[in-house]
Amino acid sequence: MFAARFLLRRAAPALRHARSYADAPSAQMSFTFASPTEVFFKEASVKQIDVPTLTGAFGILPAHVPTLQVLRPGVVTVFNDDGSSKKYFVSSGSVTVNADSSVQLLAEEAFPLESLDVAAAKANLEKAQSELVSASDEATRAEVLISIEANEAIVKALE
Amino acid sequence: MFARTSAAVFLPQCGQVRNMATLKDITIRLKSIKNIQKITKSMKMVAAAKYSRAERSLKPARVYGTGALALYEKAEIKAPEDKNKHLIIGVSSDRGLCGAIHSSVAKAIKSEIGKLSGAGKEVMVVNIGDKLRALLYRTHGKHILLNCKEVGRKPPTFTDASIIATELLNSGYEFDQGSIVYNRFRSVISYKTDEKPLYSMDTVASSENMGIYDDIDADVLRNYQEFALVNIIYFGLKESTTSEQSARMTAMDSASKNASEMIDKLTLTFNRTRQAVITKELIEIISGAAAL
Repeated sequence: MFAARFLLRRAAPALRHARSYADAPSAQMSFTFASPTEVFFKEASVKQIDVPTLTGAFGILPAHVPTLQVLRPGVVTVFNDDGSSKKYFVSSGSVTVNADSSVQLLAEEAFPLESLDVAAAKANLEKAQSELVSASDEATRAEVLISIEANEAIVKALE
Repeated sequence: MFARTSAAVFLPQCGQVRNMATLKDITIRLKSIKNIQKITKSMKMVAAAKYSRAERSLKPARVYGTGALALYEKAEIKAPEDKNKHLIIGVSSDRGLCGAIHSSVAKAIKSEIGKLSGAGKEVMVVNIGDKLRALLYRTHGKHILLNCKEVGRKPPTFTDASIIATELLNSGYEFDQGSIVYNRFRSVISYKTDEKPLYSMDTVASSENMGIYDDIDADVLRNYQEFALVNIIYFGLKESTTSEQSARMTAMDSASKNASEMIDKLTLTFNRTRQAVITKELIEIISGAAAL
């Protein structure tokens, strides 16, 4: 009889545990943000990340549904646990959200927004737009369009 | 007639053979070994400088590479066994004098080719580095898909990896799965030949765990896979360069040590020979004077 009560007490917390959806481990996200030459975050715990992707910009919180996305040139904003935020400009790359709430943000090139120069970006944008007029074949056209998109994103982010 | 020729051949050889070299020979040998030692010492220092630079840039590259492979590990993507087209990317370089770097990668690739061909699968190899091509083309020449040269002179960049990946994707070889064979850097004195898996878009898309990943269409997945391919190649290049420089450093270091051992032995022989020559001259003079 004593054993049965013991078992009952043991069984109840387990049931409660099975019914809950978001368990404690996924309240933390393990965030890795790196470029080939620099690591910005390595398995860090942050509150939220805003990423610009080909299908639109969205924010990632802990326990976000798993997904794979490809980045487009734009600004990544990282909100730390203490409320501060930091912005980075990424050129392209990929973002992976796994089932265990780990996020890998791999950017081909990434720089903190402060290190970018808006005047140089504007000059590059004008140069690229004038090149678009004179671009002849498909490959050059595609390259110039990419350059325009990246520079426009930089200028928009810095203003 | 027969006796005359044999007599002419036999005589001169027996009298003039000396076991000990003359002073001149030893001096020439000593000079050349000292030059070699200078060269190996300077090669060691160059390799040490390149190694420290490579190791510093390996740290972020490792985080980047493990991040790129994380999806495959977490989603536990496994290639189905019945797929036939395999791809092996072998990472080495153009330059030698680095110990067993190239031969260990070639050995791993050869055994892999043997195993897969035995199971009836089609295998193609991408060689990064001229040394690997030289090791593979004679015996497994028909498996070679691409060769990359001019590797190892400058530190590898992401652009290099993307050029390799572009060529591979443009080659038209639709592989189902593959692996990249590279030398993983463990420490200054040790490295290990390791293998990391590569998956094609179809394998990833049809893998069972991919269902939990939301909002993926074919275009996004293709971009993602191509980017992941470049990342993995970049990771392999960085690890291999660091292992190669550290192996070259140890190889040149042991070469310099061997050279200095030989120099010590030869110097002793030189001094003994010099003393023996002087003693012989003295004895000749003394016995000549005693004869008068």
